[in-house]
Amino acid sequence: MATVEAPLVDPPRVAGARLRRGRAVRRLLRSPLAVTGLVVLCVAVLAALLAPLLAPYGPSDAHFDARFDPPGSPGYVLGTDSLGRDIFSRILFGLRASLLVGVLSVLLALVVGVPLGLIAGYFSKLDGVISRLTDLVLAFPFLILAVGLAAIRGASLSNAALAIGIAQVPGIIRVTRSETLRLKSLDYVAAAVAEGASDLWVLARHIFPNATSVLIVQATVAIPAAILGEAVLSFLGLGIQPPSPSLGTMLSEAQQAISRAPWTAVIPGLAIMVVTLAFNLFGDGLRDALDPRASRR
Amino acid sequence: MSTPSTNAPTGRRRPNAGDGPELVPTHSDEPLLQVRDLTVGFRTEDGRVSAVDQVSFDARAGELLAVVGESGCGKSVAATALSGLLPHNATVTGSVRLDGVELVGASPDQLRAVRGKEIAYIFQEPMTSLNPVFTVGRQVAEVLRVHEGMNRRDAMSRAVELLELVGIPTPRERIKHYPHQLSGGLRQRVMIAMAVACNPRVLVADEPTTALDVTVQAGILDVLRDMRDRLGAAVVLITHDLGVVADVADRVMVMYAGRVVERGEVHELFERPRHHYTVGLLGAVPSARTADGQQRLREIPGLVPTLAEQPDACTFADRCPAASDKCRSSQPRLDVAPASRHEVACWHPAGTDRAEVPA
Repeated sequence: MATVEAPLVDPPRVAGARLRRGRAVRRLLRSPLAVTGLVVLCVAVLAALLAPLLAPYGPSDAHFDARFDPPGSPGYVLGTDSLGRDIFSRILFGLRASLLVGVLSVLLALVVGVPLGLIAGYFSKLDGVISRLTDLVLAFPFLILAVGLAAIRGASLSNAALAIGIAQVPGIIRVTRSETLRLKSLDYVAAAVAEGASDLWVLARHIFPNATSVLIVQATVAIPAAILGEAVLSFLGLGIQPPSPSLGTMLSEAQQAISRAPWTAVIPGLAIMVVTLAFNLFGDGLRDALDPRASRR
Repeated sequence: MSTPSTNAPTGRRRPNAGDGPELVPTHSDEPLLQVRDLTVGFRTEDGRVSAVDQVSFDARAGELLAVVGESGCGKSVAATALSGLLPHNATVTGSVRLDGVELVGASPDQLRAVRGKEIAYIFQEPMTSLNPVFTVGRQVAEVLRVHEGMNRRDAMSRAVELLELVGIPTPRERIKHYPHQLSGGLRQRVMIAMAVACNPRVLVADEPTTALDVTVQAGILDVLRDMRDRLGAAVVLITHDLGVVADVADRVMVMYAGRVVERGEVHELFERPRHHYTVGLLGAVPSARTADGQQRLREIPGLVPTLAEQPDACTFADRCPAASDKCRSSQPRLDVAPASRHEVACWHPAGTDRAEVPA
């Protein structure tokens, strides 16, 4: 089970989890859905990381003698697309791009959103400004933002991640802010202030470490949303550009041949579904395992 | 009441006549902590609510001052006001002088330098006053690193010494433990270790034993006494437990509805209580001697009034057996009794000639 535990224990700053680690991991492993999600995720991450080793062909290698080979054809496990490119290889590399965008955009959202959320929650004077700006970003349609960014900076993986990350900042701010508000009223924060701790010290040493478990859960929910967002943007041609594969571009390219070769659309679609489902299952399980209220039941 | 003036209710009053107990010569020349006319109010939606009304007291180095009173009498508010720890909607007037340095109205940076280093607090709830995600050793060390600028290793070895000082067995093991692995008594000892880490000159203990098992209480009180003697700190012990007071205090200050009603040496006050509220409090304490003849504990009739409802009356008048018209029309002041260090704010103190009491 050592490999299964790895992602939970890995981030060293998971201090909130460290304390309850034993209990939380046990509770997580008791949930069959969460374990399923975790296993699928591990497989997906490994597949994406090892794509160059695992893929039988390059992701853009065209085999014009083998166009639209159905899944199970000799040499092409999942078939080929309109240019005779191996779908299995493209899925592996596409997964890479999708996970990369998912993780990058959520990291960006965390880097921007967590400090703002901490400030909004801790300094009530700045709360109004930050919260209203949050509402403003939230009110701005995601696709318009992405189209605008693509128009200004060009369509690329990094700009897709930027657009998705910006769209996710408000959610992170809100979660961080509400957790900060809760933690700020606790006795040990009051005790730290009475010991002469500065605001920055209280935020860094008392509030942030105790908010990490909530943030980890929020991140596991945000990553699949980001992966879906990447698929949407790439489908619309605003994300990763062909011929580089991503799950979204594969779907987009498949639409011309969907009646002749349905697998070209179904397989990347399934891949997106499985990965997001796995993230969601794992995130749900993690939330239940880390939720102190659930633990008392 | 919408004006920002915070002094409106108190400004009308005469200045406090018996301003402190300076009549008595003391061995230590200057009291370490001098509190004068400390008044704390809170702005609420219903207007200004007063919590502490013109409280004055001194705390001397090496002395344990007990502040006694029932819940809501303002004792905790007065104590937290000392280093400006009150929420933003509080207004504080009066004077708090630590070694001659005024703390009321001091800048946040000045106050932060005082907190923990000069005035340290021990809170009531040891179960929730420690950060659950760090080891206790790290939390004790943190105080040293903030105030003394110690490096991690020095702070840790000092933390071990501190835990030993407050009577935690096997401190070398304990510093590696998380708060949830310790009992309430041990956690309270850790809190005390954190409080005394920087050798504070004033140690405020706000009901440190209330949340603890009776058997653990004695140990905690011993530690407090020890800190007073060893550090020479002025200890301000806030409690509603008169048994605790009798056990450890040097002097006692009784508060009622935001005001100080009686103050004196512990033995003097317990043997000859002069304020009727103190008499009532002492009468409500169960004791082994109560068993003969007197079966029921005496209680004080009525409830604590809303604070500062009667600016020009004795707040205890409605519950007092000796109340007269004078008590309802004019506020009694703390008055030093001749040839004693026993002060009382009462027009008709107990133990005086009852004939004096007007009908």
